[in-house]
Amino acid sequence: MMQELIAAILIALGTVFFIAGTLGLLRFPDIYCRLHALTKADGLGLGLIALGAAVLLATPGALFRIALIWVFVALASATCGHLVARYARQTERTPRHD
Amino acid sequence: MIDPYVILDLLLGLAVVALAAAVLTVRDLFAAIVLFIVFGLLSALAWVRLAAPDVALAEAAIGTGLTGALLLKTLHHLRYVTGSLDRQAALSVTPVQPVPMAVIWVNAAFCGLVTLGLAAAFLGAPRNGPGFDALVAEAMPASGVEHPVTAVLLNFRAYDTLMEVVVLLAAVIAVWQIERGLSEAPAPALGEVWAGFARLVLPAIVVIGTYLLWVGAEAPGGAFQGGAVLAAVGLLLLLSRLYVPRPAHRGVARLGFVLGTGAFAAVALLVAGGGRVAFEYPLEHAKTLILLIEGVVTISIAITLAALFHGREPVALSASETRHDA
Repeated sequence: MMQELIAAILIALGTVFFIAGTLGLLRFPDIYCRLHALTKADGLGLGLIALGAAVLLATPGALFRIALIWVFVALASATCGHLVARYARQTERTPRHD
Repeated sequence: MIDPYVILDLLLGLAVVALAAAVLTVRDLFAAIVLFIVFGLLSALAWVRLAAPDVALAEAAIGTGLTGALLLKTLHHLRYVTGSLDRQAALSVTPVQPVPMAVIWVNAAFCGLVTLGLAAAFLGAPRNGPGFDALVAEAMPASGVEHPVTAVLLNFRAYDTLMEVVVLLAAVIAVWQIERGLSEAPAPALGEVWAGFARLVLPAIVVIGTYLLWVGAEAPGGAFQGGAVLAAVGLLLLLSRLYVPRPAHRGVARLGFVLGTGAFAAVALLVAGGGRVAFEYPLEHAKTLILLIEGVVTISIAITLAALFHGREPVALSASETRHDA
């Protein structure tokens, strides 16, 4: 019971960060601000949700898999954020009409 | 009190349909591809909700990951071939060349026919029938594996799976024939952060792909999912230019393409030679044969999908280019 409560709180907190990141994506003015909102908030949200899931499924195999998922998704999203920003910087001279 | 899963399922269903509509209506080709990838991820989630994790894995790995990469590569190639790769034009929202109306109508007719056929099949199917669960469960001891989906795919209905492998082989042959004369679109330089990321995940993808293949005998996974994940290794190698296809590699590539189909068909013929029906594996060798087929087919699928991503048969450079190269 205690376990489920802690997991629920962690996952709910993670969801709040995802919603905040999405709000930033929709509301912020340019691509760099949007990336800033998305990569940071989603990174934290993912960590919290992974932690919540780990509390729920406290078996060694599941913990190992969740840790792997967290590491690789965090790496991939950081790299993607970098690639999008890099492309945006390279094409800055011809800004996209919004 | 409404079951919270009903709300989730409703939202998921609505999102999948809305995304499908958006993919078809959005004008920007790049946006359409990105929406298609999101559509694939959500449909993978829908397959999980339908208690079909095998389909979900295939949808995520092949339907979304690899198809998305193929579509993006095709867009890059289209923009390069039509000479609009300069930055201004690459960002424009207009399609590069209008498609003839006749082609649109023929495609629409085919899609309509398929949709009608699916609707007829769905409406004609018996409602709330027992399905084949009991039959499969009954036959499981004779299959040689513990996972029902693998038993169906590689034993009970192995002929269908063989045809799927043949379809992939036909696709790569067609691509090598068609793209022969076109010039190669240069891969974009992706920078050092990306190269570091590729170095870090490459070994992990190899392990995950092999694990998916191995675990297929008793849990969701198998040749197509493992092959698609291993094909991602090829994509990373090609994009990071750690591997550059050369004309001299064509023989090995062709061997890789036919290996899966060849081994699959050879096993069927050998089994049939012993006075049995094709794919009626002798029980004591069933698991070995299934693993052998799956392993070889996985390698073939990975090589074929990576070759489809590269797209173009590596042809010999002309004499002047060779001298320039050397």
